[in-house]
Amino acid sequence: MSGPAGVARLMQGNEAVVEGALAAGVRFFAGYPITPSTEIAELMAERLPLVGGKFIQMEDEIASMAAVIGASLAGLKALTATSGPGFSLKQENIGYAAMAEIPCVIVNVQRWGPSTGIPTAPAQGDVMQARWGTHGDHPVIALCPSSVREAFDLTVRAVNLAEKYRVPVILLMDEVVGHMRERVVLPPPEEVEVVERKKPRVPPGDYYPYRPDEDGVPPMANFGDGYRYHVTGLVHDEKGNPTTDPRVAEELLLRLHRKIYDHLDDILSVERYMLEDAEVAVVAYGAVARAARRAVKEARAAGINAGLLRPVTIWPFPEREVAELAQRVRLVVVAEMNLGQLRLEVERAVGGRAAVKGIHRVSGELITVEEILAALREVPEHA
Amino acid sequence: MLNQVVSSLRQERLPHIWCPGCGNGIVLSALVKAIHELGCDPDKTVVVSGIGCSSRAAGYLDFNTLHTTHGRALAFATGIKLARPELTVFVLMGDGDATAIGGNHFIHAARRNIDLTAVIFNNSIYGMTGGQYSPLTPVQKRTTTAPYGHLERAFDIAELARGAGATYVARATTYHAGLLKNLIVAGARNKGFSVIEAITACPTAYGRRNKLGNGLQMLLWQRDHAVTVKQAAKMSPEELRDKIVIGELYRAEAPEFTATYEELVARLAQKEK
Repeated sequence: MSGPAGVARLMQGNEAVVEGALAAGVRFFAGYPITPSTEIAELMAERLPLVGGKFIQMEDEIASMAAVIGASLAGLKALTATSGPGFSLKQENIGYAAMAEIPCVIVNVQRWGPSTGIPTAPAQGDVMQARWGTHGDHPVIALCPSSVREAFDLTVRAVNLAEKYRVPVILLMDEVVGHMRERVVLPPPEEVEVVERKKPRVPPGDYYPYRPDEDGVPPMANFGDGYRYHVTGLVHDEKGNPTTDPRVAEELLLRLHRKIYDHLDDILSVERYMLEDAEVAVVAYGAVARAARRAVKEARAAGINAGLLRPVTIWPFPEREVAELAQRVRLVVVAEMNLGQLRLEVERAVGGRAAVKGIHRVSGELITVEEILAALREVPEHA
Repeated sequence: MLNQVVSSLRQERLPHIWCPGCGNGIVLSALVKAIHELGCDPDKTVVVSGIGCSSRAAGYLDFNTLHTTHGRALAFATGIKLARPELTVFVLMGDGDATAIGGNHFIHAARRNIDLTAVIFNNSIYGMTGGQYSPLTPVQKRTTTAPYGHLERAFDIAELARGAGATYVARATTYHAGLLKNLIVAGARNKGFSVIEAITACPTAYGRRNKLGNGLQMLLWQRDHAVTVKQAAKMSPEELRDKIVIGELYRAEAPEFTATYEELVARLAQKEK
């Protein structure tokens, strides 16, 4: 049960996701049990009916993604939670949500993969799955918390972004952030910013469900509200009717991208820690960023001008922010629990203007402060 | 009657994609007539479909229509119905859609007894992809993926639905379009998961390869091979071997899922006070 806002509590990351979802107005959850995300489903099963919401454990991951989309179309803010193997199964319908522009949030508490891997060990191996997991070109928003409080805040933000831009939003957690407990003070409900999806401003006869406003986002009518229209994963015109017209297909896909990439100022966020005068920097996210922050502090104590750039929005990738960093530092250390999924993005953005060094761990163990610190000490001579 | 059907079609979407002789239009027409007879408010009526020829039916209908992914129609529909139980939800699927790729969703929708009315267009074949065998293709029939005759046994959709917990199960053919309409009406009135199997002809991808003739001849085959539940009761298993039993096959009482959930929400709200 939730305690009052404003009171300090010991809370798990997965629990904070539930609190964030409820605060953001989520009233539907469909899921399937999978370690290490299961606590989210368990708590949702307990909490949702208490606020008039609906919980269902579906027959599989595919079905839970489908049910979430159905519920969202019927007007409820909807969320699901899973881990790598389940995330793979959900990809088909995540693509459907992107194409049909149905707001929804998918929480992926990452564990060691591929395949069943080590269900209880942390990893960050789904960075690229989050970006490219479903087929076809599609934009995606993925957010990456590194503390329990941030799991709350980013769940709220994920729900808000999903509703605002009519997209599936991925909350890319990891096992450490999902399972660790921290002292957390949650904000009172009135201080939580909650975004509602845009409703049609015209009578049903004049409604084009896929005619965008100037921001690229079409207002969304819920099923049952009197606006009868067609929703499909096929390429569709502004009425929602299927078509194979090459011009319509191209314009649709470009608009789906524009509605995200034209709003990067709103969608992108990074944390900059001690970067003002930094000569060397770490790029890290999720649980690894916690060790990175400590390593930066210790480097400073040892006389090294180090800093941390932490992508909070991991997709779209904060390219401009990394490029700007590359102009000021000699070395960028990328620390992540995979074999270099984000490092390749960082290298692309750095474009040779600084040295890039990766610290990659795929043993299911965390990257230590000492390892990051050691990398920060090894500034290349000619960088 | 015809005016009713026409009034519920999205005229700008016509002509439809179906081949000459295809039975899908007959099923669609029976569905629309049933919706009119039920007096459903179009604004509160949802038609969800999967992928395949038959699932294109949703897009021609002037209701809240959702054309989903292959096999997943019931899972999307479950989300809609649970989120908003006041909506009347019909789910249109093909035989492969409902019982192969969607088989898991099918048995679990039945187990939950969620108030959805599923209409399965059974043409014994994957038509849209050009005629591959489905779980409903009879043994020995020829398909593009069974060039020497089909080796596997077929499902009995009605028995599958009944075994999994559906509370209304019925079957008709496109020859018996009036009966089909009546069964859809009765299925929609059942507060629970209802399955209406509609035997329909695919002359292009199934009939041609198996020398079953054109659409009309396949309709007449349905007429000649259908027996009512009443007739079937007097027939031996041997006599029923190549027959299609039509009519209301099964009916049961069981708690409906979304109503049970609403009761839980109400009970918890009561406790809070």
